[in-house]
Amino acid sequence: MRIVVDFDLCESNAVCMQIAPDIFEVRDDDFLYILNETPGEADRARVEECVQRCPKQAISIAED
Amino acid sequence: MTQAPRAVTIVGASLAGLNAAEALRREGFDGPVTLIGAETHLPYDRPPLSKQVLAGDWEPERAALTDPEEIEEDGIEARLGVRATALDLDARELTLHTGETVEFDGLVIATGARCRTMPGTEGIGGVHVLRSLDDCLALRADFEAMPQRVVVVGAGFIGAEVAATARGRGLDVTMVEALPTPLSRVLGDEMGEVCAEVHRDHGVDLRTAVGVERISGDGRVERVTLSDGSTIDADVVVVGIGVIPNTEWLDGSGLEVDDGVVCDASCLAADRVTAAGDVARWPNELFGETMRVEHWDNAAQQGAHAARRLLDAAVGPFTPVPWFWSDQYDRKIQLAGRVRGDDEVRVVTGSVDERRFAAIYGRAGRIVGVLGFNRPRHVMRYRALIEQGASFDEALAAEF
Repeated sequence: MRIVVDFDLCESNAVCMQIAPDIFEVRDDDFLYILNETPGEADRARVEECVQRCPKQAISIAED
Repeated sequence: MTQAPRAVTIVGASLAGLNAAEALRREGFDGPVTLIGAETHLPYDRPPLSKQVLAGDWEPERAALTDPEEIEEDGIEARLGVRATALDLDARELTLHTGETVEFDGLVIATGARCRTMPGTEGIGGVHVLRSLDDCLALRADFEAMPQRVVVVGAGFIGAEVAATARGRGLDVTMVEALPTPLSRVLGDEMGEVCAEVHRDHGVDLRTAVGVERISGDGRVERVTLSDGSTIDADVVVVGIGVIPNTEWLDGSGLEVDDGVVCDASCLAADRVTAAGDVARWPNELFGETMRVEHWDNAAQQGAHAARRLLDAAVGPFTPVPWFWSDQYDRKIQLAGRVRGDDEVRVVTGSVDERRFAAIYGRAGRIVGVLGFNRPRHVMRYRALIEQGASFDEALAAEF
């Protein structure tokens, strides 16, 4: 599982950061950083929650 | 009585309704799912309607939340352009505006809300509300005609975003607010004043503590008369004075309606009937308060929760920390929690003068809210503290 963020859509609302702060971080420059692009299967449910709850639908999961 | 439904009908095809439909499929529900919507459009996202679409930066298609292929893949039957007008719980039957009746088993009520209007403005051209895509495109067309003067009635979040977008288009904007300080009931006086200053800095003529007496014109709007007797010339007027939940169709259904469909803590309104989004009122046990929430995030989460609750009686209470964002000019304003005008407010990071800060709200020793101006990271950290029921002192001592 690889996390893909469309940074043209991302508005740094930081919803993903609240769900998975070990994977997503919005820093003081107001940009989103992906701390772990390829989390393990154990994190899948949380990442899927991030995908679902992102207000801009900017996050997706690539299976490769 | 509590068995899962064989089929689910969702009335209301916007964010809450769509999330309910998608959640049913995610949970593995394989019975029929019908989505009934009064608008002719498939579900679309409303936040861009006061921003990117209104600004002309996005074409309306970009606000779509789904497309016909996705709807078909999910096996959702979308019935658009039909409005439900009555509900019979005993017969488990809906009546549509066409006169047709439709049987249902499980039901999610997600009919949302509609804009309050100013009485006496029907039939006056150039007077707008902003809720639907069609509203947005009508207002956008008026903006594109480069009006001399735009008047926004109500300095709530919708009015504020419309004002910001109109200023971004180079239009002259006057915003009229009945309260002495905009948003003072939601953010308190101090923070409401910060919002007011943002608009003044961007050249909005903000008139506060004054009501609107009348909007008038010969066929098309010409002026707005205020309660102090003064008048403002206007080519376009946008009225943003709140919304009314769409519950009239439930009259006589036996469901309890009180400024929204009254649900239990799990969003259940009756046997195999749940409600979600702007139309739902439920006791949020995290706050010990019955609430109806008009935010994007709530519609999405509650839609999914209401669907899961239909499938499984063991699905518990819905206890979110309400949260929303509002983009105005180059500021991202976010508020999480349940804030009142008389809560204690403390700025915990950044600078109010630079309009880049987070402030937290305390009541009865607990942190109940956080407001951020371009501070999304902090808002989410404090939101987590609110969720945990942290004390105000704990929140004040926290470092993020």
